[in-house]
Amino acid sequence: MMGFQVVLLWSDLLIWLLVAVGIGVGVFIARNPPLLAAWRRVGASRVGMAAATVLLVFVVVGLLDSLHYRRQLDGKPGQKASYAVEVLSLLDAIAAPLRSRNEKTYSEPFATRLYAKETVDVPGRGQVREYPRLKFGGAHLGEREGEVAADVGFTAFRAAVIGVLAWLAVVAAAIGAVAWQGGVSHGEAGRRIWAGETRFAWNAVLATLAAVFLVVVPLLWLAGGYHVFGTDKVGQDVLYQVLKSVRTGLIIGLVTTLVTLPLAVLLGIVAGYFRGWVDDLIQYLYTVLNSIPGVLLIAAAVLMMQVVIDTHPQWFSTAAERADLRLLALCFILGITSWTGLCRLLRGETLKLRELEYIQAAQAFGVSSWRIIVRHILPNLMHIVIIALVMDFSGLVLAEAVLSYVGIGVDPTMVSFGTMINNARMELGREPAVWWSLAAAFAAMFILVLAANLFADAVRDAFDPRAA
Amino acid sequence: MLAYIVRRLFYAIPILIGVNLVTFALFFVVNTPDDMARMQLGVKRVTPEAIQKWKAERGYDKPLVVNHGADGLGMVTDTIFFEKSARMFAGDFGRAEDGRDIAREIANRMGPSLAIALPTFILGLFVTVSFALTLAFFRATAFDFWGVVVCVAMMSISGLFYIIGGQYLISKIWRLVPISGFGEGLDAWRFLILPVVIGVVSGIGSSSRWYRTIFLEEVGKDYVRTARAKGLPETVVFFRHILRNALIPILTGVVVVIPLLFMGSLLTESFFGVPGLGSYTIDAINAQDFAVVRSMVFIGSVLYIVGLILTDISYTLVDPRIRFE
Amino acid sequence: MSDPLLSVRDLRLGFTAGRRAKTLLAVDGISFSVGSGETFALLGESGCGKSATAQGIMRLLPGAGRITGGSVRLAGEELLNLAEADMRRIRGARMAMIFQEPATSLNPVLTVGQQIGEVLSRHRGLAGPEAAAAMAGLLKQVGIADPERRLNEYPFQLSGGMKQRVMIAIALAGEPELLIADEPTTALDVTVQAQILDLLAGVQAARGMGLLLITHDLGVVARMANRIGVMYAGELVEVASREAFFTAPQHPYTRALFSALPEVSRRGHPLLTIPGQVPSLEAMPAGCRFADRCGQVMAVCREHSPPWREIAGGHAVRCHWQAADDGEANGSPGKRAELQSPDRHLLEVADLKVHFSIRRGILQRTVGYVKAVDGVSLALTPGRTLALVGESGCGKTTVGKAILQLIAPTGGSVRLGATELVGMKPRRLRAVRRHMQMVFQDPFASLNPRLRVGEIIAEGMAALRVGSTADHGPAVAALLAQVGLPAEAADRFPHEFSGGQRQRIAVARALAVQPELLICDEPTSALDVSVQAQILNLLKTLQEALGVAYLFITHNFAVVEYLAHDVAVMYLGRIVERGSAEEVLGNPRHPYTRALLSAVPVPRLEGRPEAIKLPGETPSPAKPPAGCHFHPRCIHASEACRRDYPAGTRVSETHTVVCHLYP
Repeated sequence: MMGFQVVLLWSDLLIWLLVAVGIGVGVFIARNPPLLAAWRRVGASRVGMAAATVLLVFVVVGLLDSLHYRRQLDGKPGQKASYAVEVLSLLDAIAAPLRSRNEKTYSEPFATRLYAKETVDVPGRGQVREYPRLKFGGAHLGEREGEVAADVGFTAFRAAVIGVLAWLAVVAAAIGAVAWQGGVSHGEAGRRIWAGETRFAWNAVLATLAAVFLVVVPLLWLAGGYHVFGTDKVGQDVLYQVLKSVRTGLIIGLVTTLVTLPLAVLLGIVAGYFRGWVDDLIQYLYTVLNSIPGVLLIAAAVLMMQVVIDTHPQWFSTAAERADLRLLALCFILGITSWTGLCRLLRGETLKLRELEYIQAAQAFGVSSWRIIVRHILPNLMHIVIIALVMDFSGLVLAEAVLSYVGIGVDPTMVSFGTMINNARMELGREPAVWWSLAAAFAAMFILVLAANLFADAVRDAFDPRAA
Repeated sequence: MLAYIVRRLFYAIPILIGVNLVTFALFFVVNTPDDMARMQLGVKRVTPEAIQKWKAERGYDKPLVVNHGADGLGMVTDTIFFEKSARMFAGDFGRAEDGRDIAREIANRMGPSLAIALPTFILGLFVTVSFALTLAFFRATAFDFWGVVVCVAMMSISGLFYIIGGQYLISKIWRLVPISGFGEGLDAWRFLILPVVIGVVSGIGSSSRWYRTIFLEEVGKDYVRTARAKGLPETVVFFRHILRNALIPILTGVVVVIPLLFMGSLLTESFFGVPGLGSYTIDAINAQDFAVVRSMVFIGSVLYIVGLILTDISYTLVDPRIRFE
Repeated sequence: MSDPLLSVRDLRLGFTAGRRAKTLLAVDGISFSVGSGETFALLGESGCGKSATAQGIMRLLPGAGRITGGSVRLAGEELLNLAEADMRRIRGARMAMIFQEPATSLNPVLTVGQQIGEVLSRHRGLAGPEAAAAMAGLLKQVGIADPERRLNEYPFQLSGGMKQRVMIAIALAGEPELLIADEPTTALDVTVQAQILDLLAGVQAARGMGLLLITHDLGVVARMANRIGVMYAGELVEVASREAFFTAPQHPYTRALFSALPEVSRRGHPLLTIPGQVPSLEAMPAGCRFADRCGQVMAVCREHSPPWREIAGGHAVRCHWQAADDGEANGSPGKRAELQSPDRHLLEVADLKVHFSIRRGILQRTVGYVKAVDGVSLALTPGRTLALVGESGCGKTTVGKAILQLIAPTGGSVRLGATELVGMKPRRLRAVRRHMQMVFQDPFASLNPRLRVGEIIAEGMAALRVGSTADHGPAVAALLAQVGLPAEAADRFPHEFSGGQRQRIAVARALAVQPELLICDEPTSALDVSVQAQILNLLKTLQEALGVAYLFITHNFAVVEYLAHDVAVMYLGRIVERGSAEEVLGNPRHPYTRALLSAVPVPRLEGRPEAIKLPGETPSPAKPPAGCHFHPRCIHASEACRRDYPAGTRVSETHTVVCHLYP
């Protein structure tokens, strides 16, 4: 058995920290009826829950990609173990075939041959220009290249059947859960789910899962024999790149809030509650930051960060570490430039809250200012924070693509939607055009962002007191 | 009212100074000029002499804030801060890496940027406000529902896709207009039409949804009920009563970006090869031309602050409560 | 028989909740009619469906509202099946409506002229100089001086009463046959209310309009109505002429409303209250909807909804119970266990001042002060109630907060016992806070929605370290029992309680630290009459049991008459008259006190003998008139009044008035 060494990247640490925080918040919510009621409203929203299901798929991919290790190199027994330079993740291990089966250059989805003609020596015919056969794509077909359509169709059908079976297992589990919770028969539980009479939008979740299973299972199954989304310029599988991009997007969207939230919440509440010179100072601070157009401020900050990274190569032991730190620095910069909006919102809301009578009642008891902030103001601002958090996520994922395209995003060696688009965009100009890299990146990003937007809407409807 | 505007103008000064200090800190304190020189010249095998020469050529060899070597005023003026940061207030931005005067370059490139950004802005505002108004007018109907669905879908699409997809479809497949480029004079419209259309379409999703929310907020107010109680037709209620009130929050978001139109759009200009300020910035970022990026940051902030002042002035036009203050 | 002007038959309307499209009936089959020149008052407490009825008649229900049945006829013409376009020709022309909140009901960005002109051009085809003349005429008719100038002004430039006058002018512009007024004076001060009610009565008489008046105020009903319909939980329960209504109310609910009113005659007696609360729309009882709260409930009440029963001509009631004709069950004027006023003062306020600076100009320099409180002196002895009375903006709430040091006073002295509070260090102030607490006006804003009731009540004990943490649980339970709530309430959240229950929680919170002084800032003004009675009773019992002194800040004279031992009347930051309740209410000296008292509409058939009408409205405290603040509105104003602020005059040992009439 091969040994390995666990590698804990900073971003891994933060993302698992976020998971832990998420679980902690979940426990807290379960103990607090008003918050629980709001989340129940989210749970009752069909669209919201369908979107959450899709998001969950992305999150699972991202989390699998956040457990990193280095493989032990083959060495003689007794020697000190040495480890590969390459940092791999659990996702890499699962998707090993996708990662390792590289072709020479571009190939179309489900192609068996390269996209460009090459001069090859054919025994007996001399040098011929033709489309060379792919090393891996459709290799199992051997000489029967013409049967791609039939093979794909048949394989997809088999996989779909298995997908449906898996889905039915989930349905059975859901019926069991509803029956147990509501204390009704399994038939009645099934009817309730079907008719949408459950408090939790089970029918939406199950319908979404059906779609997910029907698409994902055949896709992964086929990925074993083909490059389902084609390959890129250096012959790497596009599906693998899409999977790797998910983690980058999630980190940008989530870790940034770790920077934004404390700044915005603390400064916003302090400015609104204490007013006077504290308020003036904080207002000045965020007006100045807000005055610098966002992209330019990010550009300037990223340029400066590049200088720091480039002049201190000794800080990083692996390329992965460097890319990782650059990603975190980007999150930090995005956070620093985007807390102002939420801060202003919270300041305004705090100004209103501090005039409310329950705050004055607390003041009449001589309750200290910080205690009033923690007990009375913060809990009554939580809904705004939660809404802002989910609303920002999709914007940040979209921003990553644009920034990476402009050249001020993630490290060029790090796979992300932005770098995928950046690398592939010139290829639309080729004759015939290479479209699959772009299409795959845009489609995956669209699904992620749409799901995030729909979920954000559901959360806002459930938490916004005006909407209720 | 005049006092109000003058007060806002005065308020802009400390903010400009703050912006100036932030950019100075970002460009000269976070990294020393030595670091920048090493980065530009290549990290390895760089001699101290080469660094010194690089700094001297750009005037980065002076002290940061206080020059103890100089006398009198020179202590303050013969420094990087004064030469590179403070002088930006006077419109002196220094030279780019290619030796050209940045201020002149900016003046030349504003025109093309505006040629695309202004029509996009006006057309976009018209389209999104009308769409939002229509959605609000038919609120709680199937039309409204599907309109919002379309908006959410459209705002979930990356801006890059609109540009790449639009170029591919309209220029490459349909061959209606040139893919990119820029022309002067009457011929320019053939180059303008595609970026403008794409700019408008990519903004429909988020803006329409935002304006629709504003309209719906106004629809629920008491004065709308009064207007209906007068027996006014719904169109009058909408255009005379609701639209006017909704204009106030819409103005906040809209007027502030008008001066920024001079800066153009980074993405559009780089994709379409427009010789405007947006592509200038992108090129500078890719070439790591710090002087240009610094100037653009400063100009962008100045324009934003001008936008804030314009917003205040426009308030006095639409909101009688401020006009008569 | 000719059709009445407005005839509503069996009107049903409701609101759909959620996507299931289940309509909850807010108004369930009500019928009444309004004749030309007649005022019909629809009376009821909040949530009874009276405003929904008015909006239903106009077909102006909000988005979720649905009319599910019945008929509304205007002079014989059925309105409910008219096309919307035809309905628009009637709205604003043949029937018009004015609303409760004049501040939000006018479009803020259109001038008065534009808003009136709209109606003229739409319904009367007037434009240009013709319209301008008509508008000026209308403004004059609603008592607005200098109409030409006002036409070009925006709503924010007008005072509250003026806005309501403009609303009335808009309503009159279409020359309607029927005017619907939905709580037209609820948001206004009593003196302004009196003006607006006079105006409404005047224009109605002049034009012979029908007036449908929606109100919760029995005093307004007595002042205005010819006939009255009482609504409860979406149904009409009694319809009567004015005489029958005030002399022989039949329905137990109507009777209860009368007995719940605080009045001077009921001093020393607990007020009659209606137990429980209005059933929710989701859970309407099958039988009589009032059965659960009714003192006369019988078995039949819970099973069958009572039919209409005609008592006399035009007087009908929906009740199974037949009232024995004993007239009003009014208690005789009570003897009050008068507390001897001890010499020791619990609270002494001397020359208290709270000024807020006004900043203007480019540099935001202070150019003046809003003298919200300008030299107020008060004294309160233990166990007594001092009522601080005044209209909105007079600074009475600021006085309360300044005494508690929630707002830092600009000058003067506040002594609690022997301790001077003004200028005290915050840490030492905390120790004093045990002795004084406050109950706020809005029971919905005064409890943190995120905390459990137990936590809310225990907060003061924890902050002021009253007892150990272990004692807090039993203490909370005891407090809840004291204010009449079950002990389980401690684990629930504020939103699960009604307005009256929330106010009980707020009282319990204040009492938790066992204060000797409780400042009650309009504690009942957000509550319905029947609930107000419960809270007043509670405050009274608590005072008897605990000997707490109350500083009762209010604008409601009925409450003052019922509760207060001493009264101080405030006008524009200063106290104009103070003395014992008998002296100030029975023998008011200051012209402002007299006018205030006479402006309060009395819920009785015979109104006040003499009615003093105050012109104008309270000026801004930023620019109080020179001399006596009150002189521009005073009928007795003399040269001296315009020149000097009067000094206080002692009428008796305890009675002081600040007026030049009493040298």
